[in-house]
Amino acid sequence: MAEILEKRPLTPITRLYRVDAPLVAKSAQPGQFVIVRVRDGGERIPLTIADYDRDAGTLTIVVQEVGTTTRYLGQLDVGDDILDLVGPLGMPLEIPVKGHIVGIGGGFGAAALLCLMRELRQRGDTTTIINGAREKDLLILNDELAGVCDNLELCTDDGSAGFHGLVTERLAQLIDGDGPGRPDMVIAIGPMLMIRAVTETTRGKDIPTLVSLDPLMIDGTGMCGGCRVTVDNEVKFACVDGPFFDAHQVDFEEAVRRNKMYVRQEGESKNRTACRKLVVGQD
Amino acid sequence: MPVKRVQKTPMPERDAVLRSHDFKEVNEGYGIAHAQFEAERCLRCQDPICIDGCPVRVPIPEFIHQVAKGDMRAAAEILRRSNPLPAVCGRVCPQEVQCEEQCSIGIRFKPVAIGYLERFVADWEMEQPAVEIRANLHQDQKVAIVGSGPAGLVCAGELARLGYPVTIFEALHAPGGVLRYGIPEFRLPKNVLDWEIEQLKKLGVEIQCNVIIGKTITMDELMGEMGFSAVFIGTGAGLPSFLGIPGENLNGVYSANEFLTRVNLMHANDFPNADTPVMVGRRVAVIGAGNTAMDTVRTALRVGAEHGMIVYRRSDQEMTARVEEHHHAIEEGVEFHWLTNPVEVLGDEDGWVTGLRCVRMELGAPDDSGRARPVPIEGSEFVIPVDNVVLSIGNKPNPLLLQTTKGLASNKWGCLVVHDGTSETSRDHVFAGGDAVTGAATVILAAGAGKTAATEIHEDLRANS
Ligand SMILES: Cc1cc2nc3c(=O)[nH]c(=O)nc-3n(C[C@H](O)[C@H](O)[C@H](O)COP(=O)(O)OP(=O)(O)OC[C@H]3O[C@@H](n4cnc5c(N)ncnc54)[C@H](O)[C@@H]3O)c2cc1C
Ligand SMILES: Cc1cc2nc3c(=O)[nH]c(=O)nc-3n(C[C@H](O)[C@H](O)[C@H](O)COP(=O)(O)OP(=O)(O)OC[C@H]3O[C@@H](n4cnc5c(N)ncnc54)[C@H](O)[C@@H]3O)c2cc1C
Ligand code: SF4
Ligand code: SF4
Ligand code: FES
Repeated sequence: MAEILEKRPLTPITRLYRVDAPLVAKSAQPGQFVIVRVRDGGERIPLTIADYDRDAGTLTIVVQEVGTTTRYLGQLDVGDDILDLVGPLGMPLEIPVKGHIVGIGGGFGAAALLCLMRELRQRGDTTTIINGAREKDLLILNDELAGVCDNLELCTDDGSAGFHGLVTERLAQLIDGDGPGRPDMVIAIGPMLMIRAVTETTRGKDIPTLVSLDPLMIDGTGMCGGCRVTVDNEVKFACVDGPFFDAHQVDFEEAVRRNKMYVRQEGESKNRTACRKLVVGQD
Repeated sequence: MPVKRVQKTPMPERDAVLRSHDFKEVNEGYGIAHAQFEAERCLRCQDPICIDGCPVRVPIPEFIHQVAKGDMRAAAEILRRSNPLPAVCGRVCPQEVQCEEQCSIGIRFKPVAIGYLERFVADWEMEQPAVEIRANLHQDQKVAIVGSGPAGLVCAGELARLGYPVTIFEALHAPGGVLRYGIPEFRLPKNVLDWEIEQLKKLGVEIQCNVIIGKTITMDELMGEMGFSAVFIGTGAGLPSFLGIPGENLNGVYSANEFLTRVNLMHANDFPNADTPVMVGRRVAVIGAGNTAMDTVRTALRVGAEHGMIVYRRSDQEMTARVEEHHHAIEEGVEFHWLTNPVEVLGDEDGWVTGLRCVRMELGAPDDSGRARPVPIEGSEFVIPVDNVVLSIGNKPNPLLLQTTKGLASNKWGCLVVHDGTSETSRDHVFAGGDAVTGAATVILAAGAGKTAATEIHEDLRANS
């Protein structure tokens, strides 16, 4: 059980939660995630640890409401408990390169850059965050992100804030020396479409790139193999070997295909939740 | 007086056609009349060699004698002294290669139905009004148990009875290990497991789910700042193997662990009331022929497959599943492709499974394990059209704990190494048992290991207090 201490809307479908989870906060490291279950009979879903406060014993997670479980989560309020929360899972992110590190976030992904970029900056790297969204109002956590990096670059598809265009277009400009300049390393977290585009932008340019893969997961401990992805022609379990992998070695086609395995069932379940209220504390 | 009867008293079972569409238990259990009728068959041998077949040496004739006399309480006490999980083992032990294989009347007749009787006594016990067990935790050293499978549960119970405060840490959101997420309801009803766990709680055992030792808490923290004096590792062998054949990552290919976990732990059979789905097409091929494979194929039928198939590269002679499960699978309409080795999973342009390319095998000379080695018959390739493939070809110990714990020795299969004939690992005050040490084995071996370890932990802690 993890009590929700703070709940804050970031966009109409994205919410930030600060939850009480002292044991996880104590051992959490950038790049790791938790698995939560919101109700009896509920699914286990993975969520990135956006930030942690070891002293306060809290974790920050940012959740986009896309289906059944994320919507149930959205029905919980401050003071309610998340039924199950386990972590930290996955390998802590190791950044072997020093220099100018560019983190790119899309959707909930921007949040996941918080603790990571802060740590890299403390280590002495030059840090840039490219935060992208469709329009100004969908850009999340600008103030917080500005506080953890040296350069914050905003991008919107419609030009309502910052650079007018996609994050990958801005990234290409940086690679050509514009703004904070060419990255020595790129880290991307967000929708598959975006991380795939980032991967293609840095391919062949001698810029090591890491992406966070988000396959379907159940246990998160290496027990089911449902999260398997192919990287460098080898099968890996994203929950224990990842979730970050060398972008240029990832078999994206397979990853995209496997994520669509339950589209029909997810739709069926989502339609039912639309007219069903979560009973808190149900067991 | 013992009565000579050739046949075992049959186990009442639910109709095969009806049961293959639901999850209610297949075996209905003996009534008291069946049990006493069967108990009369035991000769109470001078030299009861049945006991030699039992890994924990249940005093078989003694408890059966009490059943015959009608003193079920006495029978239950005798049973529990050596086997802390009788309701589970009576259901899932491979009796035909253990106690019942040895039974002396088995030479000419069918052996005494030791497993059915064990189950009867344990079920009788569960029906009795709850006895107030009171926790009397008087020892000043506390013990941590990692993993809540049979090894961990039994070790915890024994130590609590010795007065130690015990905390079980379990990675998943519900305790039980394979008994929870692996073995299906129709073979091991979860209320049996829940009852055992309830008894542990009454004994004062604390169970903390959602804690992964090595991730949430390290072994050093457990034994350092958290103040545990000893640790028992019962983390099982939960890492699924894959064949490494082309097409294994197509949509519709599962490991048996994933398939069974979706149904047993996450209740996918109740989707969309429960939120986790499972994909089952019309035709499901399960690769392997152990207990896990039988559970998987029978589960597939229950969640809607029209054809459930076992594909195995050896013959039924080499199959490792319990005989009873094989029989039940046949009755429920499972199709068997013996001497058939899968070489590729085929898919359509969208990446969904359409078939399994196989090659026929014949049996050659025995291999290292003493079983005949299957060799491919040249030019015998053929395709079985299927919608799902589930791999059930074995599990290895999970490396999570080893990755983050210094000083724990393991062998080349990833199994924890213990000192000869004990449960001691290479770290002081850290003990281990069950599948984590032996590799995938049986419930009774895990339970037995948990019990032995509890005794050793007790001695270790006495020597240190
Ligand atoms: C390691 C990891 C970290 C993650 N971190 C976060 C996070 O910090 N915040 C967050 O909001 N989400 C995160 N995700 C994704 C999150 O787990 C899924 O969005 C969630 O499982 C959806 O569950 P649901 O029941 O609400 O929706 P479902 O009913 O499962 O799906 C509803 C719809 O959403 C789509 N969908 C499913 N999974 C994803 C996905 N991974 N990404 C985008 N769309 C999806 C489906 O195709 C479907 O159309 C992470 C995933 C992984 C593997
Ligand atoms: C489908 C199936 C059917 C079977 N059928 C039979 C049968 O009919 N008869 C029979 O005798 N045997 C059977 N077996 C084998 C039997 O179930 C196992 O041998 C037995 O459960 C092993 O017990 P264990 O306590 O060692 O481990 P497990 O039962 O595997 O339990 C280990 C537990 O530890 C937890 N864990 C792992 N790592 C950590 C960690 N780092 N921190 C915290 N928790 C952790 C796991 O989540 C799990 O709950 C079957 C197995 C399967 C999979
Ligand atoms: S524990 Fe298993 S092997 Fe031992 S007597 Fe009981 S059923 Fe037989
Ligand atoms: S060997 Fe068979 S007949 Fe003899 S005591 Fe054991 S169970 Fe009874
Ligand atoms: S989620 Fe089960 S192995 Fe990764």
